[in-house]
Amino acid sequence: MSLDDINLEISEAIVNLNKEKAINLAKKAVSENLNLVEVIEKGFGKGLERIGDLWNEGEFFLPELMVGGTIMQDALNILLPHLKQTTDTFTKGKVVIATIEGDIHSIGKTIVGTMLSANGFEVYDLGADVPVDKIINEAIEKDVDIIGVSALLSSTMIGQKKLIEILEKKNLRDKFKVILGGAPVTQGWSEDCGADGYAPSAIEAINLVKSLIN
Amino acid sequence: MTIIRPKIKLLDEEHQVEILQEAKDILKSQGIFLENQEVIELFEQNGINRDGNQFYIPSDVIDKCLKCAPNKITLYDREGKESLTLQKDEIHYDPGSAAIFILDENSGEIREAVSKDFIRFSKIVGHLEHIEAQSTAIVYQDIPKEAQDWHRLYIALSNCYKPIVTGTFRKESFSIMREILLTCRRSEDDLARKPLAIFDACPSPPLKWSDLTTQSVIDAARSMIPSEFVSMPLAGASAPVSLIGCITQHCAESLAGVVIAQLSKKGAPVIWGGSPAILDMRRGTTPMGAIETMMIDIGDVEMGKYLNLPTHAYMSLSDSKVPDGQAGFEAGMGALLAGLVGVNMISGPGMLDFESTQSVEKLLIDNQIIGMVKRLLKGITDHGTPFASEILKDYNETEELLSHPSTLNLFKKEFFFPSLIVDRMNRNEWNALGSKSIRKRARKEAIKLEKKPHNNPINETLQKELDKIASEGLKK
Repeated sequence: MSLDDINLEISEAIVNLNKEKAINLAKKAVSENLNLVEVIEKGFGKGLERIGDLWNEGEFFLPELMVGGTIMQDALNILLPHLKQTTDTFTKGKVVIATIEGDIHSIGKTIVGTMLSANGFEVYDLGADVPVDKIINEAIEKDVDIIGVSALLSSTMIGQKKLIEILEKKNLRDKFKVILGGAPVTQGWSEDCGADGYAPSAIEAINLVKSLIN
Repeated sequence: MTIIRPKIKLLDEEHQVEILQEAKDILKSQGIFLENQEVIELFEQNGINRDGNQFYIPSDVIDKCLKCAPNKITLYDREGKESLTLQKDEIHYDPGSAAIFILDENSGEIREAVSKDFIRFSKIVGHLEHIEAQSTAIVYQDIPKEAQDWHRLYIALSNCYKPIVTGTFRKESFSIMREILLTCRRSEDDLARKPLAIFDACPSPPLKWSDLTTQSVIDAARSMIPSEFVSMPLAGASAPVSLIGCITQHCAESLAGVVIAQLSKKGAPVIWGGSPAILDMRRGTTPMGAIETMMIDIGDVEMGKYLNLPTHAYMSLSDSKVPDGQAGFEAGMGALLAGLVGVNMISGPGMLDFESTQSVEKLLIDNQIIGMVKRLLKGITDHGTPFASEILKDYNETEELLSHPSTLNLFKKEFFFPSLIVDRMNRNEWNALGSKSIRKRARKEAIKLEKKPHNNPINETLQKELDKIASEGLKK
């Protein structure tokens, strides 16, 4: 099977949300020693791009977007270990995300995490109710580009500001871009905190991260 | 005599039994996540098994707790006068709580609120005849974040006499809020006997009770202040996508709330409330105006009624950003359905944009909707036979019925009289008055109400005591 043929099949499998087929094709690409960077970009990437287009056109809905994202994640888990030398150049950037301390709402953060990793970012999802110090330590350890902090409650939003203040105190503010999310978060709050941006939806979060990395 | 109270039902008893049984099974086998130290100790003392933070509540504990929860809650106003009762199919409305924005009537823009917005809002609520309770409806930004919960209670009670739906954002705030409430009563016993406030407590879906909300339930129970559980499963995201699955999850989360409250204090007043929503699968938003959201609300409330508990729901909201046609139909449908199912406390009037924004214009329009809903619920009255024949004989003599004794006797009972913001003008009159939309007429009405003296103003001594608590609270 030629590279072009397999890429076409992969992208169709992704768009059809056929996980089994997509995973089998990923395995086949590895066993046949194909150019895996091309398989990721022109096969899986193309499929995911098409899902995004379908979502933009109103044909696809969030469950389809999420399932497409998780298939992409699973495929990357198979493909990336075989790309060791090129992993760093392939990854678009590293992001640590968490829901802030005192807040156990995780759904929005989880959706953003899945979509980011499906879009080629290396995501460290620390879960919910995560202390600020832990988020910062993880960001340092993993040497991430972006820290994303979510808060659903107006009472826990203050933790987002605290994180930026601690980064400033530790002279680490310039090392990371900090982005905020969560239902009560606004552009105004993001500016008050001195964050690098906020996004009101998962799709806009992906665009925000892409623009900050670029 | 009313012939029948109009009513709708979405669940039959067979399914109520099944939902309750499954909810109990979920609590027994999958358990509930708890992180509050006090409740952990309480659950352990009561022999409830745990695995880490997951607690497995046996069904007999749930049944015992359900038996202890009162089926009726009477609320009293600031001055201690009986105001409203939450029981059976009685309905009452309060403005949707904790909006972080306000729709500015002058600029037409949604912006962050400041305290004077809430002062004005509370005063206006005091004048609205169909909205019997107030709420800490707006979160304003010109006070420290640490005071954002309790300070609203202070402003609300200073500017409006009605009983209030409120809640804490921080565990530490309960004591000052209790102090504010106690200022309006003679003693702790008096506050317990004559509750002035309801405290909202929102479990986190799925099946989690956070430290803050659990503490609020415990603290409120110990003071015999009613807690309102606001379980908010999000269908298709943090809850099953099926409406019945969502109702079952809501039931399990709320049953856990009943157990937390009753183990804290036997007989503590609790309200079976909720703010569920479906997830909009295109935008990822949580539409409160979606018909399916309202259907989950109705199912939740029917379960509360099945358990013979006072009920609550977040209905009569809209997701529109302005009080437009969408706001009218969504709020109208929500308010009407809530009335038809008999939700005891209906939170939502005034709210726009997914529970984020309060609008005085919408509040005034919703007040009219509610007036009509209440009229509907009075149903059709049997005034005795003959219903029409005798009156029609009289028509033959006068060729009109306006001056008929039965008209004068009954027209104010039979008809609801909306305020002038509802357009019933002929077109010429409407043109002559500037061809205004209901939104513009509501804005004018708001200015009028704002200028009117307070309805039932606070006495000076009480105001001074409240001011003192607030000024000391802000120093901390």
